[in-house]
Amino acid sequence: MEFFRFTRDIPFMRHALVFNVISAITFLAAVVFLATRGLNLGVDFRGGTVIEVEYGHAVDYNRVRDAIDKLALGEYSAQSFGSSNTALIRLPLKEGVSSAQLSERVMATLKADDPSATQKRVEFVGPQVGKELYENGALALLLVSLGIVAYLALRFEWRFAVAAIAANLHDVVIILGFFAFFQWEFSLPVLAAVLAVLGYSVNESVVIADRIRENFRKMRKASVMHVIDSAITSTMSRTIITHGCTLLMVMSIFFFGGETLHHFALALAIGICFGIYSSALVMAALVMWLGVSREDLVKPEKKPSGPEGEKILP
Amino acid sequence: MNRYPLWKYIIIGIALAIGLVYALPNLFPDVPAVQVSSSKTGVKIDSTLLATVEDALKSAGIAYRGEVLDPTGVKVRFADFDTQVKAKDVLQGKLGDNYIVALNLLSSSPQWLASIGALPMYLGLDLRGGVYFLLQVDMKGALDKAADRYTTDIRSLMREKRIIYGGVGREQSNVVLRFKDEAERNKARAAIETAFPDLLVREQEAAGGELRLVAGLKPDAQKRIQDGAVQQNITILRNRVNELGVAEPIIQQQGSDRVVVQLPGVQDTARAKDILGRTATLEIRMVNDDPGALDQARGGQIPLGSDLMQDRNGEPLLVRRQVVLTGDRINDAQSGFDSRTNEPAVHVNLDGTGARIFKEVTRENVGKRMAIVLVEKGKAEVITAPVIREEIGGGRVQISGRMSTREANDIALLMRAGALAAPMEIVEERTVGPSLGKENIQKGFDSVVYGFCVLAVFICVYYVLMGAISTVALCINLLLLVAVLSMLQATLTLPGMAAIALTLGMAIDANVLINERIREELRWGSTPHAAIQAGYERAWNTILDSNVTTMIAGIALLAFGTGPVRGFAVVHVLGILTSMFSAVFVSRGIVALIYGSRKKLEKISIGQVWRPNRAAVPAKVT
Repeated sequence: MEFFRFTRDIPFMRHALVFNVISAITFLAAVVFLATRGLNLGVDFRGGTVIEVEYGHAVDYNRVRDAIDKLALGEYSAQSFGSSNTALIRLPLKEGVSSAQLSERVMATLKADDPSATQKRVEFVGPQVGKELYENGALALLLVSLGIVAYLALRFEWRFAVAAIAANLHDVVIILGFFAFFQWEFSLPVLAAVLAVLGYSVNESVVIADRIRENFRKMRKASVMHVIDSAITSTMSRTIITHGCTLLMVMSIFFFGGETLHHFALALAIGICFGIYSSALVMAALVMWLGVSREDLVKPEKKPSGPEGEKILP
Repeated sequence: MNRYPLWKYIIIGIALAIGLVYALPNLFPDVPAVQVSSSKTGVKIDSTLLATVEDALKSAGIAYRGEVLDPTGVKVRFADFDTQVKAKDVLQGKLGDNYIVALNLLSSSPQWLASIGALPMYLGLDLRGGVYFLLQVDMKGALDKAADRYTTDIRSLMREKRIIYGGVGREQSNVVLRFKDEAERNKARAAIETAFPDLLVREQEAAGGELRLVAGLKPDAQKRIQDGAVQQNITILRNRVNELGVAEPIIQQQGSDRVVVQLPGVQDTARAKDILGRTATLEIRMVNDDPGALDQARGGQIPLGSDLMQDRNGEPLLVRRQVVLTGDRINDAQSGFDSRTNEPAVHVNLDGTGARIFKEVTRENVGKRMAIVLVEKGKAEVITAPVIREEIGGGRVQISGRMSTREANDIALLMRAGALAAPMEIVEERTVGPSLGKENIQKGFDSVVYGFCVLAVFICVYYVLMGAISTVALCINLLLLVAVLSMLQATLTLPGMAAIALTLGMAIDANVLINERIREELRWGSTPHAAIQAGYERAWNTILDSNVTTMIAGIALLAFGTGPVRGFAVVHVLGILTSMFSAVFVSRGIVALIYGSRKKLEKISIGQVWRPNRAAVPAKVT
């Protein structure tokens, strides 16, 4: 079986501008959603209490709300989680009330109202801890970006490093944009997924960059645009199959991994889809526009003699 | 061509063998067990305990399935949960308070596996159920408490030195003294500086010409008090958790002012919170040594104003109800040695008020006994009851005689541990019920298995034999990953299980890269052997590069992640390492085994290799 049968190199780079306009629009849309709607930060980052309660029957939310209203806890939400028998109750942080008391009071009230209520899970995060988790997350994102730029600059060339990180951070922003638009809950596992996607999409950029370098060596007469087109075309088959396989696993997590991993899998899936697009089309185009040339990538000693062979890499 | 040297096969063989052995314990189901460990340092865990446990179970007619004695305690396995609970009650009743009897789940894997350190993966709280608390120690509280002590100390110092002052009080964590006279202030300053070297004294003129001295703790003393407060709180928490009967509790410091408490398998979270947040008190009272009184009390006639108590060895003691001193008056207690006799001793340091009271009481009661009582949860226990030999002034008390070094340590610890050194607050809590833990394991398992099956089918169809080899390599990857996780006893969480699935999905990338390269080589007319050779070699660089970038992300997650993120990162990073080994090294070994020996290889089973019409290809790559 062979899915991909290209008789000639696909002229991707001729349409580079179109692709970049598309991704610029998506990017801007994501930024706008992030700015206007903001992320729906989960209890991990915002602080607060989450209680998962299981009932022996389908949850009657009116009764649940009536019971909790009696406690006068202020704003809270109660919604179904995974199955119709399970309710997820989110309570905001409240001055002067310790988490220990809060979850117990809520459970006691719910139990009094309906004895079949059992507590499955409680998560409480204090304001300070939430802030720290948020800061650590941002710091991790920054460090991953710097680490990847440094590695690519060392291994390839600064143009690749800049193009790859630009393309992949644009994926990250788009994932966040999705989370902002749909107001999906942004929790710690989602953050892990975002960072994993960053590492993973860069790996896509690396494969293409590798091919571009190899083609520069082999196709001495070809233009830069042609070299890049050829690199993308010849890695196309691998790209689709690899990402398809990874996506398969992610879908398996999405369908079988339960509610907790739901958004985690979603973030990965979005990241993988945009990763393909941005690595192949955005990163390559950026590299081209940054003015990559054969001399930048092909080591001088491998070249036939000539004065330009002595050129020092920038 | 494509032969693989023997040593590479040997490495693969060894890796597989080790992987199999260490992954093996995960196949055995967990069985209910009861774990007996000591709650006090003095209690020995030895074969006598094992025999006691066996006897207790036999006499109660409870059937058990094997028992183990290890340095942490005795573990006994049972056939079902009912027997387990019954056995726990029997053992708790028989062994008493010196032992912790806890319900636990133990792997039913054979003993020889455990003896070489092959244990099942260590499951996180979200998979096994339990409670996680992050407690913040109130450092300001600790410093305020210290300042309170210094306030009383300074007050008695001023009285002792006959210095005339206008008043003394605590302002935040400073002690402030007011004076009318410059000379008196200078005298006071000198006195405080010599008596309390940990204090930094500043002069201050307040509004209205009032002369003031402000004494605050020096930074290093502050740090010492804060470190001491955290350590002391950890000790207290450990004592309290022992009472809960948790099989494998984790209590450790995190950062400068936080404590993590993890209690796997605890169901009654309300009780756990209650016990962790409880305060214990330490009291010093006089022993009622009236002749005959003790015998009377044992007979049921307890004299008025006295309580019948037991010391740590279970000896009865009659203690007067009047409290001489409470634990707040104890600044510090350290174990050490008597300077004259060189016997083990406990050195107790009382604050100013405590010292004054102590001096009076000891003057009046020379030759009598004094009991140090720990009251916790309404239960009082005499830690020690030393005889007063002489009047003790100055607040430095030494308790010595008839104790071992270990006992001295224990007593010092208990005296310090009476009350929390500083208030603590729960800043993060994660509680997972046991049923949810089981569900999570099932979900994680399902996502790995179903995803893997579909993936394997697709790869085998698309790349035929080479696909099958890739699948085998992927299986080996899974095996090694599970083995490494078991070996390192890294905590496996639900996101960690997702990371296993994800890692498998990403690991196939290396094989896809290789297989695509081989196809490409074949397409351009290489011989099959050359194509395999070139495919592996050319793909290797790319595989390395792409794995390094993924690794950078993984390591950053590991460094900054806590909880679920960390669980994900551990598996992710380890998975990248095992996948590089299996996808490249192992799969090439298998290929060499199948194709390497054939001199004339006509065709590789890698699925249909489509060849374009050559004329249509503009730039041919050679």
